[in-house]
Parts: sequence; structure tokens; C-alpha cells
Amino acid sequence: MSQPTLNQYETVKYSRIYSLGATRGDLTVTNDDIAGPIDSSDEWIRQRTGIITRKRASKDLSLMDMAVSASNEAIAKAGIQASEIGAVIFSTITHPHQTPSAAALLADKIGANPAPAFDISAACAGYCYGIAQADALVRSGVAKYVLVIGGEKLSDFIDPTDRTISFLLGDGAGAAIVGPSDTPGISPTVWGSDGSHWDAVGMSASLLELRDGTANWPTLRQEGLTVFKWAVWEMVKVARQALEVAGIKVEDLAALVTHQANIRIIDELAKQLEVPEHVVIARDIVYTGNTSAASIPLAMHALLESGEVKSGGLALEIGFGAGLAFGAQVVVLP
Amino acid sequence: MALSQNEVLAGLAEIVNDETGIATEAVQLEKSFTDDLDIDSISMMTIVVNAEDKFGVKIPDEEVKNLITVADAVNFITNAQ
Repeated sequence: MSQPTLNQYETVKYSRIYSLGATRGDLTVTNDDIAGPIDSSDEWIRQRTGIITRKRASKDLSLMDMAVSASNEAIAKAGIQASEIGAVIFSTITHPHQTPSAAALLADKIGANPAPAFDISAACAGYCYGIAQADALVRSGVAKYVLVIGGEKLSDFIDPTDRTISFLLGDGAGAAIVGPSDTPGISPTVWGSDGSHWDAVGMSASLLELRDGTANWPTLRQEGLTVFKWAVWEMVKVARQALEVAGIKVEDLAALVTHQANIRIIDELAKQLEVPEHVVIARDIVYTGNTSAASIPLAMHALLESGEVKSGGLALEIGFGAGLAFGAQVVVLP
Repeated sequence: MALSQNEVLAGLAEIVNDETGIATEAVQLEKSFTDDLDIDSISMMTIVVNAEDKFGVKIPDEEVKNLITVADAVNFITNAQ
């Protein structure tokens, strides 16, 4: 008796981002609101970070609420049914449960149940990690449509007296639908990690230390200058590599959408990359703050909504942060 | 060939000028980066990276906090060449 031939997934040649959705925290927090506990001022914070206000979520607005809202917008704009989603990838570092995943609950809440659903822990690189995986799932034929979401309620994990990172942080969720395409819409991703700097950004303590009473509620911390140096001069190499593997030059870009870490990082990275004037540089951080995994889709969504960039243009998106983890790809704007 | 202290100072002054707009002649050995030149920590790190590139030296992150005055930086770079 001959052995039967297995079926395998039929591959799809290209993928693209169909749509984006964005939800920010419902509160506008000024620099004056938070300057006191860090012995700072509106001027100092603006000069060091570029932030004028940041969006944070009130107590009753959860990470999941923001994720559902952003996802529903992306699904509606993509013109698909939630039931057609073949995978849900949720990048977050602020889902308050070690398990189960935020993605499984999100999938159920938006009507994508029983889609496979899982979380990514890649912090500020998480959205680009998610797009890389969605691209692979779609082109390999595993899923027709994938929902990628970067969402954070960072305000649950900040220390008002911390001068290293807390005052930068905001809350929000950005969603993308990735699906099959007739033309190339997502370049190869340049991604990686450097665990030799595992301590450079992250939580102040582990849950076990909290349990044992040796630490207070863990909050975010960073070695600012080390991270700044890495985020500019190492990430410019990653950005150049991403352009190279995409087969384009920096002048072909319509937009540069970096992780919204700090305006000084964004501007120095753009300077080192020699971004020409016609390329729009996303600076959503000014009024949203640093929202970790949510910052790239929120910033891209804002550029599209304001009309500063148009659908069909090319955008280099690059995420970098705790891990240290990084990811970059060129995408066709939805 | 290793650069002299004056040559390092002149090169460093150009880097400071490029990053901050401070006139090169204002970048003098006895000046403090923070107190006299009003250079913040992020600009200081940019200056450090550009100095590493220009002078072909390595300035470890943990060393940056010890570079209080222009002379500290010039001496470090001169000795590290």
C-alpha cells in the first residue's frame, strides 16, 4: 500500500498591511502634572524628551479596552470580518497576567474566536516583531489575515519619582491587519536581540522579589545614556540594513516611523540616517508620550489621519527597546 | 600619529559646536560641560560618540560621568590615542 502524500500550506507570494487602528489613553497629562515628584519642570522635560503632553488611561480604561477599540477600527477599515482573522498577535509588556495571554481574550472580544492567539514580549520592538510574524504567517499560507496589536498601559508600571523613564510613558494601543497582496507590501525584517544589555531597560524587580517582600511593586527603569547611545548609533546600522534588504534608498521613503522613545533619539537617528527633507519623520511622542509597543502603529496612524503621508508610500518602521530587542522593516502605507 | 592636546581641543570644540552651536572659542580647557557650557547628558553622549569616531578612541559609558571639564575629555582622549 503506497503512503499518501501530505497536504501542506499553499504559499502566497506577497503580503501587506491593509489598515491600522489607534486608541490612546483618555487623559492628557502635562509636564507640570508630573514634574513635582522628579524635581523637574516643563522646560526640562520638553528639552530632554520633546514631550509636551502624554496620553494616559484613567483607572476604568483598561489595556484590553484600548486594544479592542483599536482592533475594531483596523478590522472595519480593512473591510474584512473578524471571523476571517487567522491569528491574533498581541505585543505588550503591561498585560497584568503572566497567563493566560492578552491575545486570547482580545480574539474572543472582537469576534475572532477561535483564531490562534499569542502574546509577544519584545517591548518597544514588539510591533515590528509582530509584523514580521504576520508577514510570515500570511505568505506561508498559515493564515489569510492576521491581527497585530501593540498595546500598553504603562501607567500601571511607573514610579512617579523615577527620573529615568517613567515621565516619558503613555498608554495606548495600535492595531494592524496584515493579509495577502498582489504586490510586495512588507520587506524582509531586520530583527534581533542583545541580551548582554538585558539590564539596560526593564522592570525594577521580579514578581518573586515582590512576593518575598524584598521589593516594591515593579516599575520601569532604564540606563538612559546607554540606551540612547544604542538606540541611535546601533539602530542606524539596523535602519540602513533594513533599507538595503528592502532594495530601496532612504530618499525613496515617504516616512520614517521610529519607536517614539524620545524626540532626541528620533532626531539624532534621522540625522545619522541622513533622511532627506521630503521624508516625513513621525513625532507622535510630542503629544502621546512613549507608548512602547503601541508607539509605531499610533504614530503611523496619526500621519495617515493628518494627511501628512498618503496610502501607498513607503515607510521605514523601526522598533527598539528592552531586551535589548530590535526590529525594522519597510512597509507600504495602508 | 597621536594628536597633541591642542589639536584634540580644537577637534573637540568643532564637535561641541556641531552638536550645540556653542562657538568653538568658548570651548576652553577649564570649562565645565554642564555648568559653564550648559550641555545636557544626551548632547554629551552625542559628543562622546562623535569624539570616538573622530579620534579613533573608545570612551566607555561609565567613563562619561567622569568627564566634568573640557580638560578631562581632552586628557582622556589624548591618553587613549
